[in-house]
Formats: sequence, structure tokens, C-alpha cells
Amino acid sequence: MALLEVKNLHASVEDTNILKGVDLTIDGGQVHAIMGPNGSGKSTLASVLAGREEYEVSEGSVHYLGEDLLELEPDERALEGIFLAFQYPVELPGVSMMNFLKQAINSKREHQGQEEIKAADFMKLMRERAELVSLDPKLMRRSVNEGFSGGEKKRNEIFQLAMLEPKLAILDETDSGLDIDALRVVADGVNKLRAEDRGFLIITHYQRLLDYIVPDVVHVMVDGKIVKTGGKDLAIELEEKGYDWIRGEAVPA
Amino acid sequence: MPQTLEKIETTPEERFLTAFRAADGTTLNGSNSRLHTLRKEAIERFEALGFPKRKAEAYKYTNIQKVLKRNYALELAPRDPHVTADDIAPFLVPDLDAHVLVLVNGRFNEALSSIGELPDGAIVTGFAEAARQHPDLVEAHVGQYADHENDVFIALNTAFTQDGAFVYVPKSTVLEKPVHIVSVVAAEEDLMLQPRYLFIAEENAQATIIQTGRAITDTHTFTNAVVESYAGRNAHLDHYEIQDEGPKSAIHLSSQGYQHEHSVVRTNAFTFSGELVRNNLRMLPDGAHCESHLYGLVLGRDGMHVDNHTVVDHAAPDCYSSELYKHLVDDDATAVFNGRVLVRQDSQRINAYQSNDSLLLSEDADIYSKPELEIYADDVECSHGATTGTLDKEAIFYLQSRGLSYAEARALLLVAFARDVLDNVKVEALEALLDTYVTARFGPQA
Ligand SMILES: Nc1ncnc2c1ncn2[C@@H]1O[C@H](COP(=O)(O)OP(=O)(O)O)[C@@H](O)[C@H]1O
Ligand SMILES: [Mg+2]
Repeated sequence: MALLEVKNLHASVEDTNILKGVDLTIDGGQVHAIMGPNGSGKSTLASVLAGREEYEVSEGSVHYLGEDLLELEPDERALEGIFLAFQYPVELPGVSMMNFLKQAINSKREHQGQEEIKAADFMKLMRERAELVSLDPKLMRRSVNEGFSGGEKKRNEIFQLAMLEPKLAILDETDSGLDIDALRVVADGVNKLRAEDRGFLIITHYQRLLDYIVPDVVHVMVDGKIVKTGGKDLAIELEEKGYDWIRGEAVPA
Repeated sequence: MPQTLEKIETTPEERFLTAFRAADGTTLNGSNSRLHTLRKEAIERFEALGFPKRKAEAYKYTNIQKVLKRNYALELAPRDPHVTADDIAPFLVPDLDAHVLVLVNGRFNEALSSIGELPDGAIVTGFAEAARQHPDLVEAHVGQYADHENDVFIALNTAFTQDGAFVYVPKSTVLEKPVHIVSVVAAEEDLMLQPRYLFIAEENAQATIIQTGRAITDTHTFTNAVVESYAGRNAHLDHYEIQDEGPKSAIHLSSQGYQHEHSVVRTNAFTFSGELVRNNLRMLPDGAHCESHLYGLVLGRDGMHVDNHTVVDHAAPDCYSSELYKHLVDDDATAVFNGRVLVRQDSQRINAYQSNDSLLLSEDADIYSKPELEIYADDVECSHGATTGTLDKEAIFYLQSRGLSYAEARALLLVAFARDVLDNVKVEALEALLDTYVTARFGPQA
């Protein structure tokens, strides 16, 4: 059974059609990349998968481990193992990292019929996973994302991914705003989290990230549709020829 | 037979004047001659001033007339409502080691109190008892900070007050444990209470005073309270007021603080319930290098109306004041905030900051917020900011995407909104209790 199966997905926001028939199948253990120009609908797809409420699905279906995903609330999706690393992580003044992570972990554990995590285990897990993305443990005492640098916010997303151990991780432009060193750190972290039973959907505008996280499949999205799918070489070709090349192919003049 | 405000077709003022005349010479003699003289002055001022009219600017958003109209019993003679230690127990702060003073219907109840040992010279007792036992101390301060000449509610309280609480901390003395004044309302009929509080921290003294108001009965009550506090040179005084007397309680609180140079005063006002609550808080830093911190948290719901009017009167140079009030307004509740900062002409080098943030949780919730900076000196740094918003949907989604339910996410964000006020609660056990309370109030419905 596929981890994720998107069929002919149409979605709109405020009565504007944005996704116009997306098909996508991800199997466990695979890394898929979606590339595409700004405004092509990549974040919209991520939002629909994570359950952001303002997006309306008008046609098509999404199945996650065989279940209808669109029926679930965002928190139910998270508990079932979907994780979205936000393009723009939200600052939560007054919500401590520690408190937030503990609630998130315990929600998941409760859902899985486990008891609450012990304080010592939690601290250990937190330290270990923070190290994975070289996130300063001092940040754990701060409010979520508040006053974090751009790079810290992105690493914080991957850190949360590592804490929550999802089955399907969606990374929305986690590379944007990162310098090359930070990018390597994030990519290393993601690579360590690759696993047999975990799939990744990596959304990026640039090919560079894919030098470090080598994808199994690359898709190109233009104007709300996946117009081309290929192997990792497609990303390189795209970088060389630019999106106009694809546009030209997809929409013959 | 308790004295009750007459149900007559006359002005609300006349009803109090009639009651005063009837009780004068008996229960309103006061426990001390200075107080009796004050009463006479105060009732005259009350008559001359009258209650704020509908259009009065200071009461524009708060219809105080509504709660004045009821036929309250005045509680001028001591009665003995049946209140037990078990009734009081839930109102104590868990794990707080404090000097506990219990007031039942505004009267000091020694049997229920456990004041415990105090440092040499320190006094924690009922206000009437203090006036009898320590007349010099009381007379030196009472009526000095609360202005019964010009404020009708203070005048009314001064004329009618029977009891309340008194805290005195002598020079260079530190009260290690907080004083917890537990006010309990236990009424069989509609009741009006006019307690008086006098808190004195002399030079270099330090004290923390926590006041909590709760009710064990369900009649309409109107409490017209006056707090006078005095911080001597280099004194530290922390004051917490937790108002939670239930949906049928109305409160008019006049809290007036006086500060000598180098003193540090923190006030923290928490309003959790009440049909109508009006807090007039006035700080007067009257010597150089004072610090005044004013914090407030209002949790409005169901039809509650909560109005905080604050004034920081910078009468001396080189002082610092900061103010932070937060409102979480739900249902059809209304919150009013008016923050006035006055910097007088010779008060140079003042730093005064004010901020006021509100979250409206329902379409019917209202907030009226008005900062008033009046600055007559030229070398000052003052700022104010007011924000009003609704719950951030993106923040909710972020939390949900990490597995928290909508209700959990909402609760977390609302507690977070209150966080910077809660963080300024310096008494750990109290902070824990308030934290738990706020969390439970917004917590996911079971
Ligand atoms: N919440 C929204 N409201 C209105 N328009 C939106 C919203 N979200 C996305 N869009 C529009 O949908 C299109 C696709 O956006 P997006 O999915 O963010 O693209 P990408 O992530 O590929 O850059 C853009 O034209 C954008 O303006
Ligand atoms: Mg995007």
C-alpha cells in the first residue's frame, strides 16, 4: 500500500483554483522532491495535505496508508504521522519550547496508547534530537520561534520532525534563507532521519538542496499541475535550463 | 435587624445619607475619634459630589448606577454569618506559607485567621482592631492617600467603613512570608460592603500582600473598597489583588499608593469574575528614583463588565514606571482600560511605559482602551502601545499540525497571551495557582 496517494487533486482558496489536478504517489522509504516556480502551488499542496482549513478541495482524493486523509482534522493527521515543516514557522510568544514539545510528544503517545513521557527521557530525547540539527539547547527555554534567526527557525522545524518521528514528512522550502553551511546541517539531519517506513516530500525552488538530500523521484509543478516527473537528474537539468524550458514543454506555444 | 438601604423614590445619594443619619451616633461612631471626624467630613463631601452621572467622562463606559440601585443590606453591625474553616480552605493558596487574615463580609475574623509569628514591630490585623490598638499609626496614614475630598466612592467608603485589614511593617523590617488577606462574602440578602485597607511599609521595609475575594453565597453584592498603601524611602511593596467573587458581585475598588524616593511598588490586578468591576488604581511616586510596576489581567466572559482606570502621577523626577494590562474577553463581556500617565512639569528624566493588549474571543466581546499621556516635563521617555486582536489562526494551525487538538491549541495560546503578566507574579505558589486557574479556564472541555 502506498504511503500517500494523491489523485486528480483540485483545490482552491478564496474561490481561486490553485491545484488543477495533481497526481502523486509516495511509497514508504522514498524521498520525493517537488520543484517549481514561485506561485505554482507547491505550498498549497503542502497545506492541503496538512489540513489547513482555508483550502477547499473541489475534486480528487488523497489517501494516506489507504485511509481518506481529507476527512481528518489537522491534529488527527499529525497524530497519524503526517508532519509539515512550515515554509514560514510561526512565532508563539509565551509558549515555551519545552512545554510545546512535551504536549506534542504526549499527544502522540496518548494516541498510540502509551503513557506520558518521563521527564528524564524527554530531556534526553530533546538533547539528542537537537544535536541532530545543531540546534542550541538554550533555545528550549525560549518561546517557540520567538526571536529565532531564520536559520534557527528552519532547524527548529527539522528538530520537531526528529522529535515526532512522522511517517510522512513534508518539507516546504526548508532550504530557503539558509546559507550553505546551515543547508548542509539541515540536509544531514534529514538524511539521518531517512528510514524504511518514512517518506519525504521535499518542496524546493532550487536544486541545491537536492545535492545533499538525494531524492528518489523529482516532480516539477507548474500552474497547479505536475508537468514532469523523473529521477534526480531532472533536478539538475531543470537547474541548467530553467523553468521556462519546462513551461515551454508543458504548454506548447 | 440589619440596616438596609431604603426602597424610596429618591436619588441613590439620598438613600445613603438617610442610612448615615440613622446610624450616626451608634454603629458609625467608629473605633477611634479621628475616624469619626473623617466620617463627618466624608459624608459631607459625598453629598456634595454625588455619584457619577450617566455622562460623566470617567464612567462613560461603565454604568455604575445599575449596581447602585439595589436594596443592599449595609452590614453596619457585626453579624455572625456561619463560615467555617472548611469554607475558607478552598480559597487558600496551596503550598503558600503566609500570614493569613480572613475577612468575612469585610470584617476581620480572628478565629478563621492564622496570622502566625511576625517580625518585631510588624502588625497584621483587622482595620478596626488597628484603629483601637494602634491609633497613632492609623491616624498618621488613614485618609492621607485616598482622596475623600474629591472622589465620591472614597468619600462613601470613608463615611461607612466598619473594618478591613491593616498591615504595618516597620523600618528596615522584611516580612519574609506574604500576607494573604482572604475576603469571603457570605450573604443571605443583597449586601453592600465597604472594607478599608491600610498597608504601610516604612523606610527600607519589604512586604508582599495578596488579596483574594471569593463568595460562598449567591446574592447580589456590591463592595466599595478602598486600599491605601504607603511605601517609605527604599521600601518594597508587592500587592496582588485577585477578584473572583462570582457573577453576582459588583466591585468598586479605589486603590491609592504613595511612594517615597527609591521605593519599588508592584501592583497586580487579576479579575476573573464579577457582574461589574471597576478598579481605580492610582500611584503617586512622590520622591526621586521610584519604580512603579502595574500589571493587570482580565478574563472576561458571560456579561462581565470590567473597567480598569489607572493613573501614575509622576510628581518627582528620575522615576520609572511600567504598566502592562492584558484582557481576554469572551462571550458578551466588556473590558475597559484607561491608563493615564501624568508627568508633572518638574519631573524630569522620567521613563514611563504602558502597554495594553486585548484578545477578543467572540464577536460580542468588547474592549474600550484608552491611553492618556499627559506630559509637562521635557526630558522624559514615555511610550504606550495598545493592541486588539483575535486568536491567530496560523498559530492554531501550527499547533494542530504538531498533534494538539483545537481546544488544546487554543488553551495554550490563551495562557501564553497571559504569560507575561503571570510571569511577573513573584510569589511562586501564587503563580502556580494562577497558572492552573487560567489554564483550567481555557482548558479543553472534558
Ligand atoms: N491563502 C491564500 N489566499 C489567496 N491566495 C493564495 C493563498 N495561498 C496561495 N495563494 C495563491 O495561490 C498560488 C499558489 O501559491 P503557493 O501554493 O504558495 O505557491 P508556491 O508555494 O509554489 O510558491 C499563488 O498565486 C498564491 O498567490
Ligand atoms: Mg511556497
